[in-house]
Amino acid sequence: MTLAAAAATAHATTTSAAEAHGFLSPTGVEIAFLLVGLVTFGAALVTVTTRQLVHAALWLVVTLGGLAIEYLLLTAEFIAWVQVLIYVGSVVVLLLFGLMLTKAPIGRSPDADSGNRWAALTVAVAAAATLIWVVVDAFRTTWIDLDGPAAGSTKATGESLFQNWVLPFEGLSVLLLAALVGAIVLSRQAKATATEPGAPSEREPR
Amino acid sequence: MNDALDVTLRLLIVFVVFLTFPLIIGQTEHKVMAHMQGRLGPMYAGGFHGWAQLVADGVKFAQKEDVVPAGADRRIFQLAPAVALLPYLLVLLAIPIGPGEGAVGEVIDAGIFFVLAVMGVGVLGSLMAGWASANKFSLLGGLRTAAQLLAYELPMLLTAASVAMAAGTVSLPGIVDAFEWWWLPWQIVGAIVFFVAGLAELQRPPFDMPVADSEIIFGAYTEYTGLRFALFLLAEYAGIVVLCGLTTVLFLGGWHGPWGAEGLGWVWTLLKTAVLAFIVIWLRVTYPRLREDQLQKLSWTLLVPLSLAQIALTGVVKVVIQ
Repeated sequence: MTLAAAAATAHATTTSAAEAHGFLSPTGVEIAFLLVGLVTFGAALVTVTTRQLVHAALWLVVTLGGLAIEYLLLTAEFIAWVQVLIYVGSVVVLLLFGLMLTKAPIGRSPDADSGNRWAALTVAVAAAATLIWVVVDAFRTTWIDLDGPAAGSTKATGESLFQNWVLPFEGLSVLLLAALVGAIVLSRQAKATATEPGAPSEREPR
Repeated sequence: MNDALDVTLRLLIVFVVFLTFPLIIGQTEHKVMAHMQGRLGPMYAGGFHGWAQLVADGVKFAQKEDVVPAGADRRIFQLAPAVALLPYLLVLLAIPIGPGEGAVGEVIDAGIFFVLAVMGVGVLGSLMAGWASANKFSLLGGLRTAAQLLAYELPMLLTAASVAMAAGTVSLPGIVDAFEWWWLPWQIVGAIVFFVAGLAELQRPPFDMPVADSEIIFGAYTEYTGLRFALFLLAEYAGIVVLCGLTTVLFLGGWHGPWGAEGLGWVWTLLKTAVLAFIVIWLRVTYPRLREDQLQKLSWTLLVPLSLAQIALTGVVKVVIQ
């Protein structure tokens, strides 16, 4: 969704600027982009390799925050803030909640390795290769014109989302709705089986 | 004025506001609570009605030893107060207090999203503190914080979305620019839901279950002493400033007022913020603490449906008047 929106706006505003840029004379923004990218990548690596569960969740915050900064540098302001709102503000809080419920220990957990290391690495490399190929193929040498009107403003993102990409958007909505209904069904089933055999009725806690 | 000087000046002003307003609210809380309970409150520090009490408190905090428990996760324990406090400083940057570009730290295109996103990050500080303290009261406090945040983030977002729909923009100055007086009755349900959800996110009474001092000894902050504890307290009061400012900007029309000359809009903003802050203090003195199940019930069975109804109402009215 973010890629598509960025692609649509990038094509609209940035095609002519390609000649003016080279790889050998990077601007400040490009250097910042690269550095933040390296930090994000490093944080992501620590997230999956650290043996301290809560630290992994906190490194995930750094990773997701780094991604948000990358979006900002690509002028996609709206997407950057939504990234922070949804992933850092909600998903990581949910993760931490789960970790605290299971009383994650302070210090290393020696058994925090599932033995799927190589399978996970293969999947990760394959996914990364696919994404890099798609992004490189889609954008080639397009550059964002930083001096022109903001290419990733809320208005531009909204227009491209609801004019060109409505179908994928609605498809995703249906998928999320299905997941929501599924979660409700699963939790209700678990509750029904738990209270079925002559269990005392639930009382109001006081 | 050249750019660098302009930016420095804006940052400086926001920083000064960030340092003083929470203290003013804290002192007001001392006095208002005291008078509501038939006491006088602090009377000695500084001479006139104890105005310097919080300064004295600050000096006291700075003198205390900074203790990290032996079993704690040292780095995270020490980092947590900063994570709790800094987001409010960033949010303050985006809140406009008057019309025009001159009266806001930085105009942000997707201001509503920025503000809500960054406020959500602040809660990570409490979670980190709760886990890293290696204390069961802290862990309980952290758990309650997380549960409360998950429940109250949704109605807050939905009501903010309702205002954004009404104004047709997600920029905070843009929303206040579009404000008309009849938005007040139109968005009143959303305003109340937003304010209540914000109180819960700040863990202010009656939503102070996560820090309930009489049962879990200040929850996530049990093990903190000295300056780090003071930073958590400062975060709470900075949070009040931010919440009241945001409610003013989103629902009460910011710098619009029934009368008042051009250029005095910021007085209205500050006045409305101050009244809301007074209400926050008033609620603390008036209401008993909600139990955990009552907290969850209030959010999921009352606030979420109300905010959804508000969005529907906003949509219908918006279509009708166009």
